[in-house]
Amino acid sequence: MRVPLSWLREYVDLPATETGRDVQAKLVSVGLEVETVEQIGAGLKGPLVVGKVLTIEELEGFKKPIRFCTVDVGSANGTGEPQEIVCGARNFSVGDKVVVVLPGAVLPGDFAIAARKTYGKTSHGMICSTDELGMGDDGTHGIIVLPPEHEVGTDAIELLQLVDEVLDIAVTPDRGYCLSMRGVARETATAYGLPLRDPALLDVPAPNAYGYPVQISDPIGCDRFTARTVTGLQPEARSPIWMQRRLQKAGMRPISLAVDITNYVMLELGQPLHAYDRNRVDGPIGVRRATQGEKLTTLDGTVRVLDAEDLVITDNRGPIGLAGVMGGANTEIADADGEHALTTEVVVEAAHFDAISIARTARRHKLSSEASKRFERGVDPQAAAAAAQRTVDLLVLLAGGTAEAGVTEITAPHAPRTIAMPANHPDKVAGVEYGRETVVRRLQEVGCDVYGQDELIVTVPSWRPDLNEPNDLAEEVIRLEGYENLPSTLPTPPSGRGLTDRQRLHRRIGRALAGAGYVEALSYPFIGDAVLDQLGLEADDDRRRTVKLVNPISDEEPALRTTLLPGLLGALRRNDGRGSHDLALFETGLVFRPTGEETPAVRLPVDRRPTDEEIAGLDAALPRQPRRAAVVLAGAREQAGWWGKGTPATWADAVEAARSIAAEAGVEVTVRADQHAPWHPGRCAALYVTVNGEETLFGHAGELHPRVIKALHLPERTCAAEVELDVLEQAVDGALQAPRISTFPVATQDVALVVAGDVPAADVERALREGAGELLESLRLFDVFTGEQIGEGNKSLAYALRFRAPDRTLTVDEASAARDSAVALAAERTGAVLRGA
Amino acid sequence: MSAPNKSYDPVEVEALKPEEIERMRDEAFAAFAAAGDLDALAQAKTAHTGGTSPLSLANREIGALPPQAKAEAGKRVGQARGAVSKALAARQSELEAERDARVLVEEAVDVTLPYDRVPAGARHPLTTIMERVADVFVAMGYEIAEGPEVEAEWFNFDALNFVPDHPARQMQDTFFVQGTTPDGKATEGDESGVVLRTHTSPVQARSLLERKPPVYVVCPGRVYRTDELDATHTPVFHQIELLAVDEGLTMADLKGTLDHMVQALFGPDMKTRLRPNFFPFTEPSAEMDMVCYVCRGESVGNPDRPCRTCGSEGWIELGGCGMVNPKVLTACGVDPQKYSGFAFGFGIERMLMFRHNVEDMRDMVEGDVRFTRPFGMEI
Repeated sequence: MRVPLSWLREYVDLPATETGRDVQAKLVSVGLEVETVEQIGAGLKGPLVVGKVLTIEELEGFKKPIRFCTVDVGSANGTGEPQEIVCGARNFSVGDKVVVVLPGAVLPGDFAIAARKTYGKTSHGMICSTDELGMGDDGTHGIIVLPPEHEVGTDAIELLQLVDEVLDIAVTPDRGYCLSMRGVARETATAYGLPLRDPALLDVPAPNAYGYPVQISDPIGCDRFTARTVTGLQPEARSPIWMQRRLQKAGMRPISLAVDITNYVMLELGQPLHAYDRNRVDGPIGVRRATQGEKLTTLDGTVRVLDAEDLVITDNRGPIGLAGVMGGANTEIADADGEHALTTEVVVEAAHFDAISIARTARRHKLSSEASKRFERGVDPQAAAAAAQRTVDLLVLLAGGTAEAGVTEITAPHAPRTIAMPANHPDKVAGVEYGRETVVRRLQEVGCDVYGQDELIVTVPSWRPDLNEPNDLAEEVIRLEGYENLPSTLPTPPSGRGLTDRQRLHRRIGRALAGAGYVEALSYPFIGDAVLDQLGLEADDDRRRTVKLVNPISDEEPALRTTLLPGLLGALRRNDGRGSHDLALFETGLVFRPTGEETPAVRLPVDRRPTDEEIAGLDAALPRQPRRAAVVLAGAREQAGWWGKGTPATWADAVEAARSIAAEAGVEVTVRADQHAPWHPGRCAALYVTVNGEETLFGHAGELHPRVIKALHLPERTCAAEVELDVLEQAVDGALQAPRISTFPVATQDVALVVAGDVPAADVERALREGAGELLESLRLFDVFTGEQIGEGNKSLAYALRFRAPDRTLTVDEASAARDSAVALAAERTGAVLRGA
Repeated sequence: MSAPNKSYDPVEVEALKPEEIERMRDEAFAAFAAAGDLDALAQAKTAHTGGTSPLSLANREIGALPPQAKAEAGKRVGQARGAVSKALAARQSELEAERDARVLVEEAVDVTLPYDRVPAGARHPLTTIMERVADVFVAMGYEIAEGPEVEAEWFNFDALNFVPDHPARQMQDTFFVQGTTPDGKATEGDESGVVLRTHTSPVQARSLLERKPPVYVVCPGRVYRTDELDATHTPVFHQIELLAVDEGLTMADLKGTLDHMVQALFGPDMKTRLRPNFFPFTEPSAEMDMVCYVCRGESVGNPDRPCRTCGSEGWIELGGCGMVNPKVLTACGVDPQKYSGFAFGFGIERMLMFRHNVEDMRDMVEGDVRFTRPFGMEI
């Protein structure tokens, strides 16, 4: 809502010294979001006067037509002589009243006016257009031609109200009444403690039976309809300058007098109005729901196919307007250049429509109008009659019309809304002792009637449909008393338990990965089929079953991620493209895994707690949303430098990342070779953890498939791991048991075992550990060797075994025996042969 | 060598003559001094203190002396040997010091060499700032609550008093999730009743349903709105939400909690300001501002010192807050007659932007390591 300060002053006697900024601060403190204060005509300096064109000489020989004019500006130029002015516009004639800017003046945009030579003449000033005066677009794009009654020499700055301040207010959905001067004026008056001149306090004739016939067949959709008729309008009458200017400053374009008046009254009182050309309405006006598929051409020229829920205004022919949203083209007020006979009689509609119905219609037809915006937020139903009267008055005054005596008013019975509230409720909400007297006074300022002592019975004003509960009233009291005056106290929550195990684990994992050199990226979860194809997922891969969005940002990426890799690999590629080539990135976040068994989410009531079954029903509508962690690597894991060679990032780093994630949970990972997209079939590890005694898949790690690397334009040998943290959490097995530390000496035994090349080292290690028994303190693979000496297709695994007993120094024989039994079990299970044996 | 108990004259035992012993001692001193390195000293040590050294040999002669002469000779030899071993030790440590100094000089390195063998990793500043904010409240006794990002509309809107078809519901540009019909086809339009949560507030409703009052929770998390990515907008962003429901909570408590938060995060002289506003899930509702973290309000009316962070307004808009609407309590099974509550929520991206002078939203979403790395582990 754009509020010209000069207009606002009509309803509230603000001190003359108050600037737009001052009013802004006051309104902000009572809860109106005044976003900007526009300075209209800032820097404008006269003389700028009304002139009368005396002569026009057409100058020939130039690329465009140029006129040399003499203009009577009275004594404004100091001499009383006609002013000589060169002008390029043509929409004026001898005798017209125009706006003349004289040398010495400054127009908006720091445009200083001086006498200057042009087209072989000297121009002493300019004849002005709306653009040049900063008035905005009036649709003519030419010289302003004033009505003839304005005196030559009159100051045009004041006449055209060129200097003003406009407050631009972002009206929140609960404050529909502030989409009017009346509403903003009320807030201003309250904020300043000044009286309000309410523009809706008008004498309105009583309804009678002679008014234009109206039939309402849906009294819920339309609970009030006032119709008034004005005849004998002078079709050539134009909107006066003051009205045009106010409309312009409020952000609306002047169109024609009748339309301007309805817009003006809407801005003034907040009541949307519609004026029908009576000669184009066929029979009684009706209000009903549309029949499905019915058509209506709205004023914007669009043919609307109506829904059975749409509320329409009709005449004998059918719909003539989309109620409360937009009028129809078939009863439009005809303007001077239209195809229809000029309008001389109008029926004025001031009605009140159901907010939800209007909201749905506006949304259904993607048609948000000044009217629908107001109805959606709630219009004062009691203002309809006054708004109709105000419209009639202006039509009579400005268009020379005659008000017909007939007054149609149909109203559904309305009980005033009352709210019972303990007088100390605002005090309790605020934590401040306002006292009953203050509470009552503030509520009265809002427009409420208040009765009662300890228990107040508050009747809320018709323009405040948002006031329904005691807390709504408390807010009114507290905001008018000033949010800035609230004290600052701290509540004392019960002692907390800190983070949960899960939350601490998630933080720890992030720190562990960052500590290992990984940089966190937070990528968007939007994906499309393309990236799933690029990842080489089979047609029946579970990760292709996605949650899809109705209105995605991009049609290419209409689904939610089922794996973290697409986003993270995108970040890797972006970094690589920007010149960072040695990369290690990680991300933790949710993936979205529909089971296909989701049920529709029903709309539960809100007037009670839903039952546990109902909540479970809602949760059953949601996909699984497990939290995952992923890493991706490319380039060097260890950089080369003066210290020596670097090492490239490999599949092993990816597996190690997954292990270190699990280690943060104190969980050991079992690794098995696997073939799983998007990984390299020979360099892919499946990772398992034990959940309730059962080995459970935790994720995958390794080098990406060369085809995937190519398809996604990734650096060569890009590696990745992705694990599911929700699985890890279940694998956590109580508190760690502290190891017993023996201080007896260690006995070290190294063994090299030759096995077939395809025997997993993990199997050999498991056998060794098991075979070595309790005396084994630790075991470490320190070398892997292949070569002729050990036979084609074989590999040699060299392990260091450390034995120690808790209670004695081991003899060499004891250690050797343990080693032998370890080797024996490895031999039995994996075919391992002790090297050199 | 003389035989024991043989009558003799001590003067006749050459080796034990005082001048002889002095000579042996001085020769040892000279040899030690002449030893130029530890190897030479080791040789001199053997020569002058070893079993066959003159002083050791002299020492053996003492036994042959008559008892009355033993004491004096013993004393003389002992003093000489003591002096020799002291001189040896002194020279030993002298030479060791020399050697150490030399070796350490030889081993010197250029300690200014850079070492970026494994470049440091980092956590994303959005993650760490969220944790930091949450921890302020955890320290006060709040719990951290979490919830799903794909959420039922009932939790995201209805339970929070967003009435269907009310304009408030359109204030947040919502991503709607496609439903599936029983035969596996996608449903039309936005009727699945499931959305990407537009704010962290549904966690409020979930928290109230899962716990019994008093409830004090903070809910950090990711939220979604249908904005295109540009310098100041992103369709995926982060919020942190706070909810306190207890007996007798007031707006003053809300104000105090906000003040505490900005002081904990931005310094002891920070404060907040509330301006009336509208949110469906709070009543009364307020917009919350904090004193500009950069100019501390000094740019207001001071054109010489404009502040880009607050646009010389002196205040930075943080987010929305208010007293929990009793309708929300009712929908979540909490008796509004007995309990009241307050809540607030704000965007983490914005806070990161003004706290760390981030100019472009895209820097926070692209995952460029050059942006993230300097933030390290904590913020």
